[in-house]
Amino acid sequence: MKVSILQFPGTNCEYDTQHAFEDLGAATQIIWHKSDTIPSDTNLLVVAGGFSYGDYLRSGAIAKFSPVMKAVKEYANNGGKILGICNGFQVLTEAGLLPGALKRNDGLHFISKHHHLKVQNNDNVFLKKLNNGDIVNIPIAHHDGNYFIDESGLRELHENNQILLTYTDKHGKMKNPNGSVESIAGICNKEKNIFGLMPHPERAMELLLGSDDGVKMLQGFLES
Amino acid sequence: MKAIINVSLKAGVLDSQGKAVHHALSSLHFDNVSDVRVGKQIILQLNETDKTKAMQDVTIMCEELLANTVIEDYEIELV
Repeated sequence: MKVSILQFPGTNCEYDTQHAFEDLGAATQIIWHKSDTIPSDTNLLVVAGGFSYGDYLRSGAIAKFSPVMKAVKEYANNGGKILGICNGFQVLTEAGLLPGALKRNDGLHFISKHHHLKVQNNDNVFLKKLNNGDIVNIPIAHHDGNYFIDESGLRELHENNQILLTYTDKHGKMKNPNGSVESIAGICNKEKNIFGLMPHPERAMELLLGSDDGVKMLQGFLES
Repeated sequence: MKAIINVSLKAGVLDSQGKAVHHALSSLHFDNVSDVRVGKQIILQLNETDKTKAMQDVTIMCEELLANTVIEDYEIELV
């Protein structure tokens, strides 16, 4: 199992992501954004979190023109699996690989804390080790995590079971930290090979650090 | 020539910054403000004399990079 992790100038979660996947037994490789290929033995490509290009213009807006993104699109079109975490999610929406956009949080604050999430659809490789309705506790750390999609786009997400996770309280009742449409925290594409979420499962790998609920999420990819 | 591009959130997309600024203006007792939208202005210095060509190019720039048309509208002024 080989996990390739993208690194742009300003990415800062690539080593956490590497540590998390290596802990689970995967081989990893960090791919600098100037590369024009994705290693052919890649089973999962992670677009890691951070502040690519300083979030200039819009979060993820400049990264989508990095040399590596052409290869990323080819890899995606060939059915390759991609996971975008936080800034990675923003990059994937900006690049048009996932629908919708991420706006400034409604409260205008940067939010950094653990948050409960409810599993909405587990019929995909990312969440297959969890059950629909399960509550997980995963850190969020973002300024632009306010997911927006228009009504017809939202209908499509529902029709194709593309909504992965929503923000809730620990009992599973909707609790929206940032103003996201329907409290959405993560989605996938229609073909279910591209996943994006604002919360950081790679930061929830050890009980000692508050939660190990991220293990079951990342493990899904290792068993496919 | 110069291209002045104004980018703002689409009508119907909640503008939280605009709301916060509106609230602050109310605190200053400017009760005659009914709505605030906060956007950004991007100014390009163009090496181009043909206005039609400039407009075509800047429109593509907006569509591909300067605005995210999922949530934003843009207006271009050439001067």
